[in-house]
Amino acid sequence: MNIIPILITAAALFSMGIYGILVRRNAVMVLLSIELMLNAVNINFILFDAFLKDVLLQGQMFSIFIITVAAAEVGIGLAIVLMVFRNRQTANLNDFDLLRW
Amino acid sequence: MSTSLPALFAEAKSFSDGGVLAQYAWLIVVLPFIAALVITFLGKRMPYGGAEIAVGSIFFIFIYSFALLILNISKGVVNEFYVQIGSIGSLDLEFGWVVDGLSIMMFFVVGTVSLLVFIYAVEYMKGETRYTFFFTSLTLFAGSMLVLVSSPTLLQLLVGWELVGVCSYLLIGHYWEEKENSSAAIKAFITNKVADVGLMIGIIMLALSAGTFRISDILYKATHGNENLSKVALVAGVLLFIGAMGKSAQFPLHVWLPDAMAGPTPVSALMHAATMVTAGVYLLARMFPFYEGVAAPVKELVLLVGVLTLFFGGCLAIVQDDLKKVLAYSTVSQLGYMVTAIGAGAYTAGLMHLWTHAFFKALLFLGAGSVIHAVHTNNMSEMGGLKDLMPKTFRTFIIGTVALAGLPPLAGFFSKDEILASLSHEGYTGYLTIAAVGAFITAFYMTRAVVKTFFGEYRGNRDPHESEQLMTIPLVALSALAVVSGWVNIPGVYTGFTSWVGTRGISINEYHPESFDFAAMSLGLFAGVSGIVVAYLLYMKFGNAETGDEKIKLQPIWKILENKYYLDDLYIKGVVNPIKTAVAKSVDRFNTQVLDRFVNTVGLAMAFIGKIVYSNFDQNGIDRLVNSVSVGTDNVGGQVKLIQSGRVQQYLTLFLSGVLLVSIIVFVLY
Repeated sequence: MNIIPILITAAALFSMGIYGILVRRNAVMVLLSIELMLNAVNINFILFDAFLKDVLLQGQMFSIFIITVAAAEVGIGLAIVLMVFRNRQTANLNDFDLLRW
Repeated sequence: MSTSLPALFAEAKSFSDGGVLAQYAWLIVVLPFIAALVITFLGKRMPYGGAEIAVGSIFFIFIYSFALLILNISKGVVNEFYVQIGSIGSLDLEFGWVVDGLSIMMFFVVGTVSLLVFIYAVEYMKGETRYTFFFTSLTLFAGSMLVLVSSPTLLQLLVGWELVGVCSYLLIGHYWEEKENSSAAIKAFITNKVADVGLMIGIIMLALSAGTFRISDILYKATHGNENLSKVALVAGVLLFIGAMGKSAQFPLHVWLPDAMAGPTPVSALMHAATMVTAGVYLLARMFPFYEGVAAPVKELVLLVGVLTLFFGGCLAIVQDDLKKVLAYSTVSQLGYMVTAIGAGAYTAGLMHLWTHAFFKALLFLGAGSVIHAVHTNNMSEMGGLKDLMPKTFRTFIIGTVALAGLPPLAGFFSKDEILASLSHEGYTGYLTIAAVGAFITAFYMTRAVVKTFFGEYRGNRDPHESEQLMTIPLVALSALAVVSGWVNIPGVYTGFTSWVGTRGISINEYHPESFDFAAMSLGLFAGVSGIVVAYLLYMKFGNAETGDEKIKLQPIWKILENKYYLDDLYIKGVVNPIKTAVAKSVDRFNTQVLDRFVNTVGLAMAFIGKIVYSNFDQNGIDRLVNSVSVGTDNVGGQVKLIQSGRVQQYLTLFLSGVLLVSIIVFVLY
């Protein structure tokens, strides 16, 4: 089984996520980029699980965990973004500077 | 708590250890102090103003001491208990209690006399100022004396000694609103203090040379030859005796005792019979083996002072018009007898006189108090004719007088006779003569006092009547004791008293007459009877209470006696004034010019040094360092905080570049 293309796909997905996080100014887009990164990791988990033929299916287990956590994280993240938007009428990350010195 | 009956007590093995009764004997020492506390805090709210607590606690002491006395009579008790409270070097500081024949006898005397005096005082002091406080001090007074007589160590003895002094000060000065009374209190306190210095130095010398405060150890060493002790024995013996001279009012330190009459009469009775003046005699008796052993030469001094006291004290009693002062000088004289006996080596005789004297002198004082209560004056020139007006007081007073004058079969006869017999046996013929003259004087002044108080016409302007029952009952009880207390030691018949007080850890080596010394007895008896007869002739037959004094006013003796041998003047001019003017002033000058100046200079120098240190070291050194540290921290923080921009993506960029950097390093290295 040739895993290289799949790894490259996952890496490409991850890099796109990083790019999105660092570059997009919209908080919702940043959250979406995080989802991309998480899914890239999921792909890797599934790939290595299948590749190594793990009897305990640890890779699949972890990807399910990650999906659950991602769902929760996105829920909280979107809620925060919503509240910030409600208070400041913007979703621009550059305006989220409440925690600066 | 530890009990000590080591080898030292080998001689006392035949006695009982007293069992539970001895173990809990501390109760009677502690109880008065608890009672005094309770009276202080609750007394004023009680129906009898706290007097019931005082009487109750003393009643318990009386019962307990009576039980101990019975035990001592039947078996003989010797035991000591120590509680260590600390130590200085190798010297243990111990308190405790000793239960032996001597202390039990004293417990009983203090218990009995205090009980009766307390009951009497309930009525006598009714309506007086500071009634509750009076009972507090009175209870403390009895308690202090118990601390003193129960002490197995010289340290506790000193503590009790001083406590007695303080309480007497409080009680003599009970009516301190009048200057005279408060100065009498101060006089008593200071005179005692002068003597106490001697006692204190003596105790320190003994303790240091014997290496212990325990009296029984010191006595053991004194009787079994101890080099350290023999070296200081003479000086320490004299110093201890000076202490005893102060408390037991020996000539020439007796001056405080007559002035101490300023206190209420129950106080005088207690002080003269049981709780204060006997302390000195008790000390001599307690240390008797010491005076018999290494300090034997001191006994000559003791004897001399005792004889001087009994003679001069008695003479002074003749010229007094104040009834209480007659009794006070009589006490001085009788204490002289006790000290004489101890000085002559007659331990039993001295204590016997202490024992009988306690009862009949308490009786006489309480009787005098009863009279004074009725006529509201101390002066016999304003009394007279009270025989029919106050029959109970009169009869009991007569019993006391006869007991003091030494007529058989009353108490004073036996005790005084024993002292005379001992003097005669030891070969002190000169002293024996003086003691017999003293007995004559005693009988004379007591008869004079009785005639002036109770016979003839009433010369005052009051309406005297017999005192309340609460006051006459103690009188009757004491007169019974004044009759029978002498019977415990009749030579040849029953000599129980000798073994009571001889029950000691260290065996007592003394002379006491086994049978009547008929020469001494007839001498004493003759002196007593002739004293009474002469006084009777002078004041009743050929004269009366007013004119009797005229016939014996031999100048210049009378004048000297009236001025108390000019001793007070001597003390004022020779001691008090020089101290006041010369010593105090020069001390003051030394104080202001040398000590104060030195202290001020040191203070100024210190302030100067302080200023220098403050401005240079503190401000420029430590403060600057602390400040620059904080300023530096603030500056660095101000720079570093700028990283905290609040932009999430900037953080992430930094984080990612860090991760990349680490990855590259790891990659390159491996």
